[in-house]
Amino acid sequence: MRKNGKPGGNSGVPRNRWWRRWGEETTSAYLFLLPSLVIFIVFTFFPAIYSVIVSLFRWNMPMKPAFVGFENYIYLFTDAIEAPIFWRSFLNTFYFAIGVPINLFASLMIALLLNRRLRGVGFFRTTFFLPAITSMAAVSVVWLWLFHPSQYGLFNSLLIDLGLPIQRWLRDPVLAMPCLIAIGVWYGMGYNIIIFLAGLQSIPQTYYEAARIDGAGQVSLFRHITWPLLGPTLFYVLSVGMINSLKAFTEIDVMTQGGPLNATTTLAYYLYQNAFQFFQMGKASAVAVLLFIMLFLLTWIQFRFIDRKVYYE
Amino acid sequence: MNDSSRPVWPRLQKLLLNGLWYVVVTLLALAVMVPFIWMLVTSLKGQNEVFAYPPTWIPQQPQWQNYLEVWKQAPFGRYFLNSTIVALAVTFGQLTSCVLAAFAFARMNFKGKNFMFLIFLSTTMISSQVTLVPTYLIMRSFNWIDHYQALIVPFLANAFGVFMIRQSFRAIPRELEEAAKLDGCGRFRFLVQILLPLCKPILASQALFAFMGNWNSYLWPLIVTNRDSMRTLQIGLRYFVSSEGGTQWGLYMAAAVVVSLPVILVYFLVQKTFVESMVSTGLKDI
Repeated sequence: MRKNGKPGGNSGVPRNRWWRRWGEETTSAYLFLLPSLVIFIVFTFFPAIYSVIVSLFRWNMPMKPAFVGFENYIYLFTDAIEAPIFWRSFLNTFYFAIGVPINLFASLMIALLLNRRLRGVGFFRTTFFLPAITSMAAVSVVWLWLFHPSQYGLFNSLLIDLGLPIQRWLRDPVLAMPCLIAIGVWYGMGYNIIIFLAGLQSIPQTYYEAARIDGAGQVSLFRHITWPLLGPTLFYVLSVGMINSLKAFTEIDVMTQGGPLNATTTLAYYLYQNAFQFFQMGKASAVAVLLFIMLFLLTWIQFRFIDRKVYYE
Repeated sequence: MNDSSRPVWPRLQKLLLNGLWYVVVTLLALAVMVPFIWMLVTSLKGQNEVFAYPPTWIPQQPQWQNYLEVWKQAPFGRYFLNSTIVALAVTFGQLTSCVLAAFAFARMNFKGKNFMFLIFLSTTMISSQVTLVPTYLIMRSFNWIDHYQALIVPFLANAFGVFMIRQSFRAIPRELEEAAKLDGCGRFRFLVQILLPLCKPILASQALFAFMGNWNSYLWPLIVTNRDSMRTLQIGLRYFVSSEGGTQWGLYMAAAVVVSLPVILVYFLVQKTFVESMVSTGLKDI
């Protein structure tokens, strides 16, 4: 691209002028990059490094920080009182992430349903997408009311109609997490459906036609054409879902505040509590570093598959 | 191929299948819509109808004044103003920084271009959750807590936005730039007067993303604002919960409707661009 389209009259430009021009272009380019770069340095790179440093200090907010090496990490992993809560939130994070494959399955099924040319299909697509653009805080408020532990909550009134005992839902240590998972699936489905539909529509129809001529049924069409060609999309949706799941915060804060009995405290929420309720910045930063390692691995995997997705299209 | 030549049975079967499809999809869609329907229904109920058993699907006496009451409750108007100011400022600021950086990456050759690109790419690996504590500490040392800067400035750059806009800049033929240059058009003028108008769709969808993400953001405003006058709508919603258990659910739901409506309205206005960019941008978070 570099040497293309150069007008003939320009070929005789002296060497030193060419260099000066090149220098000018570099300078302006960096001026163009400057606003973004400043923000990234101050609010992304510096905090990332700072996070690691703070994690090596004991820093209980009104007091001055004191260097303690890896004590925060050791404390999280082994302390008799703290470690059980830490490991509980660690496990809860993965428990919560069960929603991701459930979401994936449900959205794929609905995407397959919506992937046809029938009247009104656009309306249905919009409907399924609606939760994804609504604010999580507002939606959580609604779910809080749906799951109200009294007979006035909609779900409990349904249970009564069915002759079943009412439940405490989000206030029940056993049920709280499954409720959150269900809400997460409901919320995240719309986005995944859109991605899956895009993936499904990028599969050339000729493949299906050819296979049909060879006498393939619906099931084997799915198994041998749709599934393998949808592979990269699937993996992409899976890792984006995992990352978002690891970062979930709003729904937990609005609906359960990590309770009851830490049943819904995930690592992200645990980090928030330590930093902004107990003001233990060092400990919170140690959690952040651990979370970073997990997120980094997931993002790295995701980028590998974005590459594959682009390549394959 | 000719319809009349086909036997009746497959056609009937097709009709039945389509009918079944509509039934299944309608039921699923209804299930997804239940929370929204219930939100609207409850938002029109008075306190005594909210706590009536069995619950009613159609409000007996629709309390439209709930929607007026919301604005009288506390500084809800102020929250709305704050959210609007912050979301608009972030949208314009972010778009500007993205356009500039995208132009450099798409249209200029400079030393260290690949390295810079890598720098930008790597920011997407560092998620906001991880930098939460240090960024808060920075805000404190800047004395930005409870100021608009704290809600706006950290979001004025977005690597995903840069990549998306760069992509569409690259699609514009280079000959256009050569021609403009021959006519004495400078680099910056070319960007503003020629390139930007040609890339309106991507700019519109990036603007929408920035607006939506910021309007809906919760964690960050929660941390960097303490005073009531600086809270945003998403945080303001908490105001309607009473710890004593006397939560006014009718008002609460009306408030939730008000909070979610702006983005939903925008979505319906520009649905097509919105969905397309959703697909191409991939993950999105603030």
